[in-house]
Amino acid sequence: MKRWLSKNLIKIYAFLAFVYLFIPIAYTMAFSFNDAGKSNLTWRGFTLNNWKNPCGAPDVCTALGNSLKIGFIATLLATILGTMIAFALGRHRFRGRSTVNILIFLPMATPEIVLGASLLAMFLNLGINPGFWPTVIAHVMFCISFVVVTVKARIASLDPKLEEAAMDLYASEVETFRKVTLPLVMPGIFGAALLAFSLSFDDFIITNFNSGTLTTFPKFVYISSARGIPAQANVIGSLMFILALAIVLTSQFVSTRKKRV
Amino acid sequence: MAHVTVTAKRSNIVRGIKRPSTPYLLLLPGLAWLAFFFIFPLINLAGTSTQTPTDSGEIGSYIQTFRFANYIDAISGARDQFARSIVYALIATLLALAISYPLAYAIAFKSGKWKNLLLVLVVAPFFTSFLLRTIAWKQILGNEGPVVTVLRWLHLLSPQSGLTASAFAVVTGMTYNFLPFMTLPLYASLERIDPRTLEAAGDLYANAITTFRKVTFPLSLPGVVAGTLLTFIPAAGDYINATLLGNPKTKMIGNVIESRFFEIVDYPTAAALSFLLMAAILILVMVYVRRAGTDELV
Repeated sequence: MKRWLSKNLIKIYAFLAFVYLFIPIAYTMAFSFNDAGKSNLTWRGFTLNNWKNPCGAPDVCTALGNSLKIGFIATLLATILGTMIAFALGRHRFRGRSTVNILIFLPMATPEIVLGASLLAMFLNLGINPGFWPTVIAHVMFCISFVVVTVKARIASLDPKLEEAAMDLYASEVETFRKVTLPLVMPGIFGAALLAFSLSFDDFIITNFNSGTLTTFPKFVYISSARGIPAQANVIGSLMFILALAIVLTSQFVSTRKKRV
Repeated sequence: MAHVTVTAKRSNIVRGIKRPSTPYLLLLPGLAWLAFFFIFPLINLAGTSTQTPTDSGEIGSYIQTFRFANYIDAISGARDQFARSIVYALIATLLALAISYPLAYAIAFKSGKWKNLLLVLVVAPFFTSFLLRTIAWKQILGNEGPVVTVLRWLHLLSPQSGLTASAFAVVTGMTYNFLPFMTLPLYASLERIDPRTLEAAGDLYANAITTFRKVTFPLSLPGVVAGTLLTFIPAAGDYINATLLGNPKTKMIGNVIESRFFEIVDYPTAAALSFLLMAAILILVMVYVRRAGTDELV
Protein backbone atom coordinates (compact mmCIF):
# COMPACT_ATOMS: atom_id res chain seq x y z
CA MET A 1 0.00 0.00 0.00
CA LYS A 2 2.72 2.43 1.00
CA ARG A 3 4.75 1.48 -2.05
CA TRP A 4 1.79 1.90 -4.35
CA LEU A 5 1.17 5.31 -2.83
CA SER A 6 4.72 6.55 -3.28
CA LYS A 7 4.80 5.20 -6.82
CA ASN A 8 1.55 6.89 -7.80
CA LEU A 9 1.82 9.99 -5.66
CA ILE A 10 2.48 12.27 -8.59
CA LYS A 11 -0.48 10.88 -10.52
CA ILE A 12 -2.79 11.44 -7.57
CA TYR A 13 -1.45 14.96 -7.25
CA ALA A 14 -2.05 15.61 -10.96
CA PHE A 15 -5.57 14.23 -10.65
CA LEU A 16 -6.30 16.59 -7.74
CA ALA A 17 -4.88 19.49 -9.73
CA PHE A 18 -7.31 18.68 -12.54
CA VAL A 19 -10.19 18.55 -10.05
CA TYR A 20 -9.14 22.01 -8.85
CA LEU A 21 -8.99 23.27 -12.45
CA PHE A 22 -12.47 22.03 -13.25
CA ILE A 23 -14.36 22.97 -10.08
CA PRO A 24 -15.42 26.44 -11.32
CA ILE A 25 -16.31 25.02 -14.76
CA ALA A 26 -18.51 22.35 -13.24
CA TYR A 27 -20.09 25.01 -11.07
CA THR A 28 -20.74 27.35 -14.02
CA MET A 29 -22.25 24.48 -16.03
CA ALA A 30 -24.42 23.22 -13.18
CA PHE A 31 -25.85 26.68 -12.57
CA SER A 32 -26.74 27.05 -16.25
CA PHE A 33 -29.51 24.53 -15.43
CA ASN A 34 -30.64 26.44 -12.36
CA ASP A 35 -34.25 27.59 -12.25
CA ALA A 36 -32.79 30.89 -11.13
CA GLY A 37 -35.24 33.65 -11.80
CA LYS A 38 -33.48 36.99 -11.32
CA SER A 39 -30.34 36.11 -9.39
CA ASN A 40 -28.40 32.93 -9.98
CA LEU A 41 -26.84 32.64 -6.52
CA THR A 42 -28.46 29.62 -4.89
CA TRP A 43 -29.76 26.35 -6.33
CA ARG A 44 -33.52 26.48 -6.89
CA GLY A 45 -34.14 23.39 -8.97
CA PHE A 46 -33.37 21.94 -12.40
CA THR A 47 -34.65 23.49 -15.61
CA LEU A 48 -33.82 23.42 -19.31
CA ASN A 49 -35.42 26.81 -19.95
CA ASN A 50 -32.12 28.73 -19.94
CA TRP A 51 -30.69 26.45 -22.60
CA LYS A 52 -33.86 26.65 -24.72
CA ASN A 53 -33.73 30.41 -24.64
CA PRO A 54 -30.09 31.56 -24.27
CA CYS A 55 -30.95 35.08 -25.42
CA GLY A 56 -33.69 35.33 -22.79
CA ALA A 57 -31.84 37.76 -20.55
CA PRO A 58 -31.82 41.34 -21.84
CA ASP A 59 -28.70 42.40 -23.80
CA VAL A 60 -26.81 39.13 -23.31
CA CYS A 61 -26.85 38.20 -27.01
CA THR A 62 -26.06 41.74 -28.18
CA ALA A 63 -22.97 41.59 -25.96
CA LEU A 64 -22.11 38.12 -27.29
CA GLY A 65 -22.51 39.34 -30.89
CA ASN A 66 -20.15 42.25 -30.25
CA SER A 67 -17.56 39.94 -28.70
CA LEU A 68 -17.74 37.52 -31.65
CA LYS A 69 -17.42 40.33 -34.23
CA ILE A 70 -14.47 41.92 -32.43
CA GLY A 71 -12.90 38.49 -31.94
CA PHE A 72 -13.13 37.49 -35.62
CA ILE A 73 -11.78 40.76 -37.03
CA ALA A 74 -9.00 41.04 -34.43
CA THR A 75 -7.99 37.37 -34.90
CA LEU A 76 -7.82 37.71 -38.68
CA LEU A 77 -5.65 40.84 -38.58
CA ALA A 78 -3.41 39.71 -35.72
CA THR A 79 -2.84 36.30 -37.31
CA ILE A 80 -1.81 37.81 -40.65
CA LEU A 81 0.47 40.47 -39.13
CA GLY A 82 1.94 38.12 -36.53
CA THR A 83 2.60 35.30 -39.00
CA MET A 84 4.48 37.70 -41.29
CA ILE A 85 6.70 38.79 -38.38
CA ALA A 86 7.21 35.16 -37.36
CA PHE A 87 8.45 34.27 -40.86
CA ALA A 88 10.79 37.27 -40.89
CA LEU A 89 12.24 36.20 -37.52
CA GLY A 90 12.25 32.47 -38.19
CA ARG A 91 13.52 32.43 -41.78
CA HIS A 92 15.65 35.54 -42.24
CA ARG A 93 18.72 37.15 -40.80
CA PHE A 94 18.63 40.91 -40.72
CA ARG A 95 19.91 43.86 -38.75
CA GLY A 96 17.79 44.92 -35.81
CA ARG A 97 16.64 41.37 -35.04
CA SER A 98 17.09 41.66 -31.30
CA THR A 99 15.24 45.01 -31.25
CA VAL A 100 12.31 43.30 -32.98
CA ASN A 101 12.45 40.49 -30.42
CA ILE A 102 12.25 43.00 -27.57
CA LEU A 103 9.39 44.86 -29.27
CA ILE A 104 7.47 41.58 -29.51
CA PHE A 105 8.18 40.66 -25.89
CA LEU A 106 7.29 44.06 -24.37
CA PRO A 107 3.49 44.02 -24.90
CA MET A 108 3.38 40.61 -23.16
CA ALA A 109 5.41 42.00 -20.24
CA THR A 110 3.21 45.08 -19.88
CA PRO A 111 0.27 44.77 -17.48
CA GLU A 112 -3.06 44.93 -19.29
CA ILE A 113 -4.16 47.94 -17.31
CA VAL A 114 -1.19 49.94 -18.64
CA LEU A 115 -1.92 48.84 -22.22
CA GLY A 116 -5.58 49.77 -21.87
CA ALA A 117 -5.03 53.08 -20.10
CA SER A 118 -2.28 54.29 -22.46
CA LEU A 119 -4.30 53.47 -25.57
CA LEU A 120 -7.41 55.20 -24.23
CA ALA A 121 -5.38 58.29 -23.27
CA MET A 122 -4.04 58.45 -26.83
CA PHE A 123 -7.48 58.01 -28.41
CA LEU A 124 -8.88 60.77 -26.20
CA ASN A 125 -5.99 63.09 -27.10
CA LEU A 126 -6.62 62.45 -30.79
CA GLY A 127 -10.32 63.13 -30.31
CA ILE A 128 -11.30 59.53 -31.14
CA ASN A 129 -14.20 58.22 -29.06
CA PRO A 130 -13.83 54.76 -27.55
CA GLY A 131 -16.05 52.13 -29.14
CA PHE A 132 -16.02 49.21 -31.59
CA TRP A 133 -12.97 50.04 -33.76
CA PRO A 134 -10.73 51.29 -30.93
CA THR A 135 -11.45 47.96 -29.21
CA VAL A 136 -10.55 45.99 -32.36
CA ILE A 137 -7.31 48.00 -32.69
CA ALA A 138 -6.44 47.27 -29.06
CA HIS A 139 -7.14 43.54 -29.43
CA VAL A 140 -5.00 43.21 -32.57
CA MET A 141 -2.19 45.00 -30.69
CA PHE A 142 -2.06 42.60 -27.74
CA CYS A 143 -2.70 39.45 -29.84
CA ILE A 144 0.17 40.02 -32.32
CA SER A 145 2.92 39.00 -29.88
CA PHE A 146 1.18 35.76 -28.94
CA VAL A 147 0.74 34.88 -32.63
CA VAL A 148 4.42 35.62 -33.35
CA VAL A 149 5.61 33.41 -30.47
CA THR A 150 3.32 30.49 -31.43
CA VAL A 151 4.07 30.53 -35.17
CA LYS A 152 7.79 31.14 -34.63
CA ALA A 153 8.00 28.03 -32.43
CA ARG A 154 6.38 25.99 -35.21
CA ILE A 155 8.77 27.37 -37.85
CA ALA A 156 11.74 26.61 -35.60
CA SER A 157 10.62 22.99 -35.22
CA LEU A 158 10.56 22.38 -39.00
CA ASP A 159 13.26 20.25 -40.55
CA PRO A 160 15.08 22.53 -43.05
CA LYS A 161 15.92 19.42 -45.09
CA LEU A 162 12.34 19.31 -46.39
CA GLU A 163 12.69 22.73 -47.96
CA GLU A 164 16.16 21.89 -49.24
CA ALA A 165 14.73 18.79 -50.88
CA ALA A 166 12.05 20.85 -52.62
CA MET A 167 14.73 23.24 -53.86
CA ASP A 168 16.90 20.35 -55.04
CA LEU A 169 13.91 19.21 -57.07
CA TYR A 170 13.96 22.59 -58.81
CA ALA A 171 11.01 24.12 -57.02
CA SER A 172 11.25 27.90 -57.03
CA GLU A 173 11.31 29.84 -53.79
CA VAL A 174 7.64 30.73 -54.16
CA GLU A 175 6.64 27.15 -54.98
CA THR A 176 8.65 25.80 -52.05
CA PHE A 177 6.96 28.26 -49.75
CA ARG A 178 3.45 27.51 -51.06
CA LYS A 179 3.71 23.74 -51.35
CA VAL A 180 6.10 22.82 -48.53
CA THR A 181 6.70 25.50 -45.93
CA LEU A 182 3.21 26.94 -45.58
CA PRO A 183 1.36 23.61 -45.24
CA LEU A 184 3.89 22.52 -42.60
CA VAL A 185 3.50 25.76 -40.63
CA MET A 186 -0.30 25.77 -40.99
CA PRO A 187 -1.07 23.90 -37.72
CA GLY A 188 0.95 26.55 -35.89
CA ILE A 189 -0.96 29.36 -37.60
CA PHE A 190 -4.25 27.64 -36.80
CA GLY A 191 -3.25 27.26 -33.15
CA ALA A 192 -2.16 30.90 -33.02
CA ALA A 193 -5.49 32.05 -34.44
CA LEU A 194 -7.35 29.99 -31.86
CA LEU A 195 -5.23 31.50 -29.10
CA ALA A 196 -5.77 35.03 -30.44
CA PHE A 197 -9.52 34.49 -30.62
CA SER A 198 -9.76 33.19 -27.08
CA LEU A 199 -7.59 36.06 -25.76
CA SER A 200 -9.75 38.59 -27.57
CA PHE A 201 -13.05 36.98 -26.62
CA ASP A 202 -12.11 36.78 -22.95
CA ASP A 203 -10.43 40.16 -22.57
CA PHE A 204 -11.97 42.47 -20.03
CA ILE A 205 -9.43 45.01 -18.78
CA ILE A 206 -8.23 46.48 -22.10
CA THR A 207 -11.74 46.28 -23.53
CA ASN A 208 -13.19 48.09 -20.53
CA PHE A 209 -10.87 51.02 -21.19
CA ASN A 210 -11.41 51.29 -24.94
CA SER A 211 -14.98 50.21 -25.67
CA GLY A 212 -16.91 53.16 -24.22
CA THR A 213 -20.59 52.25 -24.03
CA LEU A 214 -20.27 49.15 -26.22
CA THR A 215 -20.84 45.97 -24.19
CA THR A 216 -18.91 42.79 -24.86
CA PHE A 217 -19.68 39.46 -23.22
CA PRO A 218 -17.10 39.82 -20.39
CA LYS A 219 -18.28 43.40 -19.81
CA PHE A 220 -21.86 42.16 -19.61
CA VAL A 221 -20.86 39.59 -16.98
CA TYR A 222 -18.92 42.19 -14.99
CA ILE A 223 -21.70 44.78 -15.04
CA SER A 224 -24.40 42.29 -14.11
CA SER A 225 -22.25 40.69 -11.37
CA ALA A 226 -23.27 43.52 -9.04
CA ARG A 227 -26.92 42.45 -9.02
CA GLY A 228 -26.59 38.78 -9.97
CA ILE A 229 -25.67 37.21 -13.28
CA PRO A 230 -28.53 35.72 -15.32
CA ALA A 231 -28.29 31.97 -15.88
CA GLN A 232 -28.16 32.67 -19.64
CA ALA A 233 -24.60 33.95 -19.17
CA ASN A 234 -23.72 30.52 -17.73
CA VAL A 235 -25.33 28.88 -20.77
CA ILE A 236 -23.19 30.96 -23.15
CA GLY A 237 -20.07 30.35 -21.06
CA SER A 238 -20.72 26.59 -21.11
CA LEU A 239 -21.45 26.62 -24.85
CA MET A 240 -18.17 28.43 -25.63
CA PHE A 241 -16.34 25.90 -23.47
CA ILE A 242 -17.87 22.90 -25.26
CA LEU A 243 -17.33 24.47 -28.70
CA ALA A 244 -13.67 25.32 -28.07
CA LEU A 245 -12.99 21.88 -26.62
CA ALA A 246 -14.64 20.24 -29.65
CA ILE A 247 -12.54 22.30 -32.08
CA VAL A 248 -9.28 21.50 -30.32
CA LEU A 249 -10.02 17.79 -29.91
CA THR A 250 -11.16 17.42 -33.54
CA SER A 251 -8.03 19.13 -34.85
CA GLN A 252 -5.86 16.88 -32.67
CA PHE A 253 -7.73 13.82 -33.87
CA VAL A 254 -7.32 14.87 -37.51
CA SER A 255 -3.60 15.51 -37.12
CA THR A 256 -2.94 12.12 -35.47
CA ARG A 257 -4.98 10.39 -38.18
CA LYS A 258 -2.91 12.14 -40.86
CA LYS A 259 0.30 11.00 -39.22
CA ARG A 260 -0.84 7.37 -39.34
CA VAL A 261 -1.65 7.61 -43.07
CA MET B 1 27.27 24.16 -63.20
CA ALA B 2 23.94 22.71 -62.10
CA HIS B 3 25.63 21.56 -58.96
CA VAL B 4 26.75 25.10 -58.18
CA THR B 5 23.23 26.54 -58.48
CA VAL B 6 21.84 23.84 -56.23
CA THR B 7 24.31 24.56 -53.44
CA ALA B 8 23.74 28.27 -53.90
CA LYS B 9 20.00 27.74 -53.49
CA ARG B 10 20.54 25.50 -50.52
CA SER B 11 22.74 27.97 -48.71
CA ASN B 12 20.18 30.66 -49.44
CA ILE B 13 17.44 28.85 -47.63
CA VAL B 14 19.63 27.73 -44.78
CA ARG B 15 21.05 31.15 -44.11
CA GLY B 16 17.81 32.71 -45.30
CA ILE B 17 19.37 35.65 -47.10
CA LYS B 18 17.15 35.70 -50.20
CA ARG B 19 16.34 39.29 -51.13
CA PRO B 20 17.62 41.57 -48.37
CA SER B 21 14.43 43.63 -48.31
CA THR B 22 12.10 40.63 -47.75
CA PRO B 23 12.32 40.50 -43.93
CA TYR B 24 11.70 44.22 -43.60
CA LEU B 25 8.63 44.03 -45.84
CA LEU B 26 7.31 41.16 -43.72
CA LEU B 27 7.95 43.08 -40.51
CA LEU B 28 6.62 46.44 -41.64
CA PRO B 29 2.83 46.14 -41.17
CA GLY B 30 2.96 44.33 -37.83
CA LEU B 31 5.66 46.51 -36.34
CA ALA B 32 3.89 49.65 -37.60
CA TRP B 33 0.79 48.48 -35.75
CA LEU B 34 2.81 47.99 -32.54
CA ALA B 35 4.52 51.37 -33.01
CA PHE B 36 1.24 53.24 -33.44
CA PHE B 37 -0.85 51.42 -30.86
CA PHE B 38 1.70 50.29 -28.28
CA ILE B 39 4.86 52.45 -28.32
CA PHE B 40 3.24 55.75 -29.23
CA PRO B 41 0.51 55.47 -26.55
CA LEU B 42 3.21 54.75 -23.94
CA ILE B 43 5.14 57.87 -24.96
CA ASN B 44 1.90 59.81 -24.88
CA LEU B 45 1.15 58.42 -21.42
CA ALA B 46 4.61 59.48 -20.25
CA GLY B 47 3.68 62.99 -21.33
CA THR B 48 0.38 62.83 -19.48
CA SER B 49 2.11 61.72 -16.28
CA THR B 50 3.80 65.12 -15.75
CA GLN B 51 0.76 67.28 -16.53
CA THR B 52 -1.15 69.45 -14.02
CA PRO B 53 -4.76 70.69 -14.00
CA THR B 54 -5.53 73.79 -16.10
CA ASP B 55 -6.33 77.09 -14.41
CA SER B 56 -9.96 76.89 -15.47
CA GLY B 57 -10.30 73.92 -13.11
CA GLU B 58 -12.44 72.03 -15.63
CA ILE B 59 -12.58 68.33 -14.76
CA GLY B 60 -10.38 66.19 -17.00
CA SER B 61 -8.46 69.02 -18.66
CA TYR B 62 -4.72 69.08 -18.07
CA ILE B 63 -1.74 71.04 -19.30
CA GLN B 64 1.90 69.98 -19.69
CA THR B 65 4.08 71.50 -16.95
CA PHE B 66 6.69 68.71 -16.59
CA ARG B 67 5.85 68.28 -12.93
CA PHE B 68 7.84 65.16 -12.01
CA ALA B 69 6.67 65.48 -8.42
CA ASN B 70 3.46 63.86 -9.72
CA TYR B 71 5.29 60.57 -9.35
CA ILE B 72 6.09 61.20 -5.70
CA ASP B 73 2.51 62.27 -5.00
CA ALA B 74 1.18 59.22 -6.84
CA ILE B 75 3.34 56.71 -4.95
CA SER B 76 2.76 58.28 -1.54
CA GLY B 77 -0.99 58.11 -2.12
CA ALA B 78 -0.97 54.44 -3.12
CA ARG B 79 1.95 52.91 -1.22
CA ASP B 80 -0.16 50.19 0.45
CA GLN B 81 -1.90 49.13 -2.74
CA PHE B 82 1.44 48.99 -4.52
CA ALA B 83 3.06 46.79 -1.88
CA ARG B 84 -0.04 44.60 -1.77
CA SER B 85 0.02 44.04 -5.54
CA ILE B 86 3.61 42.82 -5.41
CA VAL B 87 3.05 40.61 -2.34
CA TYR B 88 -0.21 39.05 -3.60
CA ALA B 89 1.28 38.45 -7.03
CA LEU B 90 4.37 36.81 -5.50
CA ILE B 91 2.29 34.49 -3.29
CA ALA B 92 -0.01 33.58 -6.18
CA THR B 93 3.02 32.88 -8.40
CA LEU B 94 4.60 30.58 -5.80
CA LEU B 95 1.32 28.72 -5.24
CA ALA B 96 0.82 28.35 -8.98
CA LEU B 97 4.36 26.96 -9.27
CA ALA B 98 3.69 24.46 -6.46
CA ILE B 99 0.48 23.29 -8.15
CA SER B 100 1.77 23.34 -11.72
CA TYR B 101 5.20 21.76 -11.39
CA PRO B 102 4.03 18.26 -10.35
CA LEU B 103 1.17 18.54 -12.83
CA ALA B 104 3.48 19.44 -15.71
CA TYR B 105 5.90 16.71 -14.57
CA ALA B 106 3.15 14.09 -14.55
CA ILE B 107 1.99 15.09 -18.03
CA ALA B 108 5.52 15.15 -19.44
CA PHE B 109 6.75 11.84 -17.97
CA LYS B 110 3.84 9.74 -16.70
CA SER B 111 0.95 10.23 -19.10
CA GLY B 112 1.93 7.96 -22.02
CA LYS B 113 -0.57 8.16 -24.86
CA TRP B 114 -2.86 10.51 -22.92
CA LYS B 115 -0.33 13.35 -23.13
CA ASN B 116 -2.09 15.45 -25.77
CA LEU B 117 -5.51 15.01 -24.21
CA LEU B 118 -4.22 16.06 -20.78
CA LEU B 119 -2.56 19.13 -22.28
CA VAL B 120 -5.88 20.13 -23.82
CA LEU B 121 -7.53 19.62 -20.44
CA VAL B 122 -5.02 21.98 -18.79
CA VAL B 123 -6.04 24.76 -21.16
CA ALA B 124 -9.72 23.81 -21.41
CA PRO B 125 -11.01 25.63 -18.29
CA PHE B 126 -9.78 28.83 -19.88
CA PHE B 127 -12.22 28.48 -22.73
CA THR B 128 -14.91 29.81 -20.41
CA SER B 129 -14.85 33.44 -19.50
CA PHE B 130 -12.27 34.62 -16.96
CA LEU B 131 -15.01 36.60 -15.22
CA LEU B 132 -17.44 33.67 -15.04
CA ARG B 133 -14.72 31.55 -13.44
CA THR B 134 -13.88 34.23 -10.90
CA ILE B 135 -17.53 34.69 -10.03
CA ALA B 136 -17.89 30.92 -9.72
CA TRP B 137 -15.10 31.01 -7.09
CA LYS B 138 -16.91 33.84 -5.35
CA GLN B 139 -19.98 31.65 -5.03
CA ILE B 140 -18.08 28.45 -4.18
CA LEU B 141 -16.22 30.24 -1.37
CA GLY B 142 -19.27 32.32 -0.46
CA ASN B 143 -21.19 32.05 2.81
CA GLU B 144 -23.90 29.84 1.28
CA GLY B 145 -21.32 27.83 -0.69
CA PRO B 146 -20.14 24.28 -0.03
CA VAL B 147 -16.69 25.13 1.39
CA VAL B 148 -17.92 27.42 4.14
CA THR B 149 -20.78 25.04 5.00
CA VAL B 150 -18.38 22.14 5.50
CA LEU B 151 -15.85 24.21 7.45
CA ARG B 152 -18.56 25.54 9.74
CA TRP B 153 -19.96 22.05 10.28
CA LEU B 154 -16.45 20.90 11.26
CA HIS B 155 -16.22 23.95 13.56
CA LEU B 156 -13.11 25.08 11.71
CA LEU B 157 -14.85 28.34 10.89
CA SER B 158 -17.06 30.32 13.26
CA PRO B 159 -20.62 31.05 12.07
CA GLN B 160 -19.87 34.77 11.77
CA SER B 161 -16.74 34.54 9.64
CA GLY B 162 -16.49 33.62 5.98
CA LEU B 163 -13.87 33.17 3.27
CA THR B 164 -14.80 35.71 0.60
CA ALA B 165 -14.10 39.42 0.71
CA SER B 166 -10.63 38.60 2.01
CA ALA B 167 -6.99 38.53 0.95
CA PHE B 168 -7.26 34.72 0.97
CA ALA B 169 -9.99 34.78 -1.67
CA VAL B 170 -8.11 37.30 -3.83
CA VAL B 171 -4.93 35.20 -3.82
CA THR B 172 -6.95 32.00 -4.48
CA GLY B 173 -8.59 33.61 -7.49
CA MET B 174 -5.30 34.92 -8.84
CA THR B 175 -3.58 31.55 -8.40
CA TYR B 176 -6.36 29.84 -10.29
CA ASN B 177 -6.77 32.34 -13.09
CA PHE B 178 -3.15 32.40 -14.23
CA LEU B 179 -2.41 28.68 -13.80
CA PRO B 180 -2.06 27.67 -17.48
CA PHE B 181 0.51 30.45 -17.99
CA MET B 182 2.60 28.54 -15.45
CA THR B 183 1.82 24.97 -16.51
CA LEU B 184 2.44 25.27 -20.27
CA PRO B 185 6.01 26.68 -20.19
CA LEU B 186 6.91 24.20 -17.42
CA TYR B 187 5.60 21.34 -19.52
CA ALA B 188 7.46 22.60 -22.60
CA SER B 189 10.82 22.60 -20.81
CA LEU B 190 10.23 19.30 -18.97
CA GLU B 191 9.13 17.57 -22.15
CA ARG B 192 12.41 18.48 -23.84
CA ILE B 193 14.44 16.57 -21.23
CA ASP B 194 15.82 13.34 -22.64
CA PRO B 195 14.63 10.53 -20.30
CA ARG B 196 18.05 8.91 -20.81
CA THR B 197 19.71 11.69 -18.79
CA LEU B 198 17.45 10.72 -15.89
CA GLU B 199 18.29 7.05 -16.37
CA ALA B 200 21.97 7.96 -16.43
CA ALA B 201 21.62 9.70 -13.09
CA GLY B 202 19.98 6.55 -11.69
CA ASP B 203 22.77 4.40 -13.11
CA LEU B 204 25.23 6.60 -11.25
CA TYR B 205 23.44 5.70 -8.00
CA ALA B 206 21.56 8.97 -7.57
CA ASN B 207 18.29 8.39 -5.75
CA ALA B 208 15.04 9.95 -6.94
CA ILE B 209 15.47 13.10 -4.87
CA THR B 210 19.07 13.70 -5.93
CA THR B 211 18.17 13.08 -9.58
CA PHE B 212 15.43 15.65 -9.33
CA ARG B 213 17.60 18.19 -7.52
CA LYS B 214 20.70 17.84 -9.68
CA VAL B 215 19.28 16.92 -13.09
CA THR B 216 15.56 17.43 -13.67
CA PHE B 217 15.05 20.74 -11.91
CA PRO B 218 18.11 22.55 -13.37
CA LEU B 219 17.12 21.38 -16.85
CA SER B 220 13.58 22.70 -16.37
CA LEU B 221 14.76 26.12 -15.19
CA PRO B 222 13.92 27.98 -18.44
CA GLY B 223 10.32 26.80 -18.01
CA VAL B 224 10.28 27.90 -14.37
CA VAL B 225 11.53 31.37 -15.35
CA ALA B 226 9.06 31.77 -18.23
CA GLY B 227 6.15 30.41 -16.20
CA THR B 228 6.76 32.56 -13.12
CA LEU B 229 7.09 35.68 -15.29
CA LEU B 230 3.95 34.95 -17.29
CA THR B 231 2.06 34.47 -14.01
CA PHE B 232 3.57 37.31 -11.99
CA ILE B 233 3.16 40.06 -14.59
CA PRO B 234 -0.60 39.77 -15.20
CA ALA B 235 -1.20 39.05 -11.50
CA ALA B 236 0.57 42.24 -10.38
CA GLY B 237 -1.53 44.40 -12.70
CA ASP B 238 -4.82 42.60 -12.13
CA TYR B 239 -7.75 44.26 -10.41
CA ILE B 240 -10.62 41.92 -11.27
CA ASN B 241 -9.85 39.36 -8.55
CA ALA B 242 -9.42 42.15 -5.99
CA THR B 243 -12.72 43.71 -7.06
CA LEU B 244 -14.82 40.54 -7.14
CA LEU B 245 -13.22 38.52 -4.33
CA GLY B 246 -11.74 41.17 -2.05
CA ASN B 247 -12.76 43.99 0.24
CA PRO B 248 -11.69 47.65 0.46
CA LYS B 249 -8.59 46.58 2.39
CA THR B 250 -7.39 44.27 -0.40
CA LYS B 251 -7.39 46.90 -3.16
CA MET B 252 -4.45 46.56 -5.54
CA ILE B 253 -2.62 49.07 -7.72
CA GLY B 254 -4.85 48.15 -10.68
CA ASN B 255 -7.90 49.26 -8.69
CA VAL B 256 -6.26 52.61 -7.99
CA ILE B 257 -5.28 53.20 -11.63
CA GLU B 258 -8.78 52.24 -12.80
CA SER B 259 -10.57 54.53 -10.35
CA ARG B 260 -8.14 57.42 -10.98
CA PHE B 261 -8.93 57.10 -14.66
CA PHE B 262 -12.68 56.60 -14.66
CA GLU B 263 -14.04 57.90 -11.37
CA ILE B 264 -11.74 60.75 -10.43
CA VAL B 265 -10.64 61.59 -14.01
CA ASP B 266 -7.15 62.22 -12.66
CA TYR B 267 -5.19 61.22 -15.77
CA PRO B 268 -1.72 62.37 -14.59
CA THR B 269 -1.80 60.25 -11.43
CA ALA B 270 -3.18 57.24 -13.32
CA ALA B 271 -0.41 57.66 -15.90
CA ALA B 272 2.32 58.04 -13.26
CA LEU B 273 1.10 54.93 -11.41
CA SER B 274 1.02 52.95 -14.67
CA PHE B 275 4.65 53.83 -15.30
CA LEU B 276 5.67 53.03 -11.74
CA LEU B 277 3.98 49.63 -12.03
CA MET B 278 5.68 48.93 -15.34
CA ALA B 279 9.06 50.05 -13.97
CA ALA B 280 8.68 47.90 -10.85
CA ILE B 281 7.82 44.86 -12.98
CA LEU B 282 10.65 45.43 -15.48
CA ILE B 283 13.23 45.85 -12.68
CA LEU B 284 12.04 42.69 -10.92
CA VAL B 285 12.05 40.79 -14.22
CA MET B 286 15.56 41.93 -15.12
CA VAL B 287 17.03 41.08 -11.72
CA TYR B 288 15.27 37.71 -11.75
CA VAL B 289 16.29 36.79 -15.30
CA ARG B 290 19.92 37.76 -14.56
CA ARG B 291 19.98 35.53 -11.49
CA ALA B 292 18.29 32.63 -13.25
CA GLY B 293 20.74 32.96 -16.12
CA THR B 294 18.46 32.63 -19.12
CA ASP B 295 18.53 35.07 -21.99
CA GLU B 296 16.05 34.11 -24.74
CA LEU B 297 12.60 34.94 -23.42
CA VAL B 298 10.58 34.87 -26.60
